[in-house]
Amino acid sequence: MMAQNESNIAVDLRGISKHFGTFVANDDISISIMKGEVHALLGENGAGKTTLMKALYGMHRPTSGKIFLWGKEVDVTDPKVAISLGIGMVHQHFMLVRPFTVTQNIILGMEPTGLFGAIDFLQSRKRVEELSKKYGLLVDPDALIEDISVGMEQRVEILKALYRGAEILILDEPTAVLTPQEIDDLMGIIRNLTVEGKTVIIITHKLKEIKHIADRCTIIRRGKKIDTVRVHDVTEQDLARMMVGREVNFDVPRGPFNPGTVALEVRKVSSLDGRGLPALKDLSFTLQKGEILAIAGVDGNGQTELAEVLTGLRNLVSGNIFLRNEDIKNLTTKDIIRKGLVAIPQDRQKFGLVLEFSVSENIILQEYDKPTFSRNGILLNDAIHDYSAELIEKFDVRPPVPEYKASELSGGNQQKVIIAREVSQNPDVLIANQPTRGLDVGAIEFVHRALIEQRDRGKAVLLISLELDEVLGLADRILVLYEGKIVGELEAAQADEQKVGILMAGGQL
Amino acid sequence: MSQLLRLRRTLKFPRALGLTLISIVLGFFVGAIVLLVAGYNPLEAYGIMIFGVFGLPRYISYTIIIAAPLILTGLSVTFAFRTGLFNIGAEGQFIAGSIAAVIVGHFVRLPIILHVPLVFVSAMVAGALWGSISGFLKARYGVHEVISTIMLNWLALYMNNYLIKLPFLHRVGTEASQKIQDTARIDILGVWKTSPEGREWRMENPFWGDILRSEINLGILFALIAAMVVWYIINRTTLGYELRAVGYNQDAANYGGIPVKKSMTVSMAIAGALAGAAGGIQIMGVTQEITVLAAMEGNGFDGIAVSLIGANTPIGVVLSGFLFGALRYGGTKIQPALGAPRELINIVMGTIVYFIAMPNLFTLLQERYFSWKKKRLDISLPKEAGGESKNV
Repeated sequence: MMAQNESNIAVDLRGISKHFGTFVANDDISISIMKGEVHALLGENGAGKTTLMKALYGMHRPTSGKIFLWGKEVDVTDPKVAISLGIGMVHQHFMLVRPFTVTQNIILGMEPTGLFGAIDFLQSRKRVEELSKKYGLLVDPDALIEDISVGMEQRVEILKALYRGAEILILDEPTAVLTPQEIDDLMGIIRNLTVEGKTVIIITHKLKEIKHIADRCTIIRRGKKIDTVRVHDVTEQDLARMMVGREVNFDVPRGPFNPGTVALEVRKVSSLDGRGLPALKDLSFTLQKGEILAIAGVDGNGQTELAEVLTGLRNLVSGNIFLRNEDIKNLTTKDIIRKGLVAIPQDRQKFGLVLEFSVSENIILQEYDKPTFSRNGILLNDAIHDYSAELIEKFDVRPPVPEYKASELSGGNQQKVIIAREVSQNPDVLIANQPTRGLDVGAIEFVHRALIEQRDRGKAVLLISLELDEVLGLADRILVLYEGKIVGELEAAQADEQKVGILMAGGQL
Repeated sequence: MSQLLRLRRTLKFPRALGLTLISIVLGFFVGAIVLLVAGYNPLEAYGIMIFGVFGLPRYISYTIIIAAPLILTGLSVTFAFRTGLFNIGAEGQFIAGSIAAVIVGHFVRLPIILHVPLVFVSAMVAGALWGSISGFLKARYGVHEVISTIMLNWLALYMNNYLIKLPFLHRVGTEASQKIQDTARIDILGVWKTSPEGREWRMENPFWGDILRSEINLGILFALIAAMVVWYIINRTTLGYELRAVGYNQDAANYGGIPVKKSMTVSMAIAGALAGAAGGIQIMGVTQEITVLAAMEGNGFDGIAVSLIGANTPIGVVLSGFLFGALRYGGTKIQPALGAPRELINIVMGTIVYFIAMPNLFTLLQERYFSWKKKRLDISLPKEAGGESKNV
């Protein structure tokens, strides 16, 4: 532990505990955060990181423990108090009024007024512009929120906190919604903030970002503080082990690359997006048995539409899709599934699961009308139960109870249920659209193993992913999607982060 | 672990039941306050209501008569609700069913063994058609079912009044339609009990005689059977599975290959059939005719309250249907006895529904003032069980 000069401590949390009923979300956590540092809070989903920061931001009172700011004990009763003490928090979900301009949003709740109580827009607009320039945020003060990107919205939130005089800024999972380029920009902004003497606390479960930006990192596991470390002194592997509580394998063993015949052929496919604009433009590629073909690209370049077209949720404008040698263009989802193409959907809670259904009801979602599970329109509950119990054991779903509601499972276990359902139908082609989104390290490892197992068994796997690491780590072959077109194809052996990154940004090799 | 899970599941049902019972008690409590403020003795009023429901055999039978159609319209709302639709249209479907029952009951001549089922099925089909219009409009054109069912309620009401005035159906000198044939009636011994022998037998057997003074009919049997069928469809059939999946999450249902649009129409048709059946038994068992309606009678609207109080489960609907029937009938007794307005029961029912609609209030109260062991178990279990990832 570094030598701590008392006067340099910005935030001192001493023995913070938070109980919900008998559930202990935070158990006696003490952290000292220095002025001007970037301090990461690392932990799996549900470990208690956000709960701890909500206590600091006054969104709830800790059950016990004390909070010191700049050496003085404070009682943060609600966020207003936190703001007046110079604490700002940017939440995972932004809280902006969409039809308002950037400036209007930033001054909301503390509008400077001039003559006769009129809002002094000119003055506040000037302030916003100054702050934006000072920290390199590059925000247009007059833009409407509904017209700007998610990355920009986040900057508006940061600006909002700075405008209110934040010295200590808490960012809750700030990169979850950003593209790789936007993540780089955010890292730059965080650096600018610390240069100007601000203190930044980042809540995250992404190891790479911590290595990249943080000075120190506190690891929280199941409500308890494991350690605070200097990021410079540890490896990603060390961090992962402390977070999960065991060794984590980043490299999943895989068999030799042994591609077979063509399983899926996409030929000159064009399609429109939800607004009726072209999303896929003359897209062609083939997918072979025994390979993982990854589609890399920045979000919004046609990934969603590609997955929807392949799974029968979106119609083509032109082109053909051949599964083995059969055209599956514009068939219903059910027919496509029956012909041997299954998918892990991008949004597991919206498309993958009926959350109010039990695990076993979810497992039969695509097969409930097969003779195995129903006869003459009557469900065969025993058969359904036994089949579910078998899959639950095989795919290690926790808790191992078929009657448990899907909504009561953790994200990783929800994903296991979906994978169990899709893979058990013994498909020829598996489409995985951002299969690890929002999952923690342990669950990501499980999903990766499952995909590689499918490949090793001679199945064709199409991986659509925004995570460059995932693409490089899993793929046998990489296609880069840019503005609805395939702009490059790379063999795994010749691909690296830089090459794929250039193609993703629309550049040429 | 598995022991805890079992415990948790057995706790779940009584918890819902407990909340409902507390809500009912609170409903009566608020009703008592209103009575006090209005200058009546609530104990006396409730005493009269209790005697008015249980005091004589025929009082009980009146309660049952009123409960039967409420159970059916309650089931109608429940069925739609379980599949993600809000059926405000049970009222109109009820009217559609009663019109069909009168027409088929009056013009068709068949032996009773065939006529009764035919009339009943006709009422269900009419209700189903009426309901499926809303389902179809939603599936095809995205018209919200709340809007379309409200509109269809008024259409049904005016169609009812229009048809009665047509010469073929109008009973001259009345504001009502022709009566159904005796072969279509389901009131028990309805013809015989007013004959001379019937009157004599009723004098000699006071208990049964008293019951027969009401229009006791087979409607309650139909309602109870319908409750069982609804439970079976929802929980045990692929149809129910599909409809529930669509109700909970249309996107996932669609992704899993369930025909979402067809499901909406089917669901509203079944809901309509149940409300239509309510109209049918009311005609066959009680009124034998339709009359000109100045306003909605509320059979379908009360079904919404019955469904909510019954926690949207068939068994709950049966119980709350009886409760509602008792209140409706008992409420009529306080007006002549005390001069207290019978609308009081609407206050009681409304308050019960309000309390039931805010279970969070109870959870909050519980957390603040009682630390029930079982409640703690409820919260902590999913986290401990689901959050574990040691050997993922």
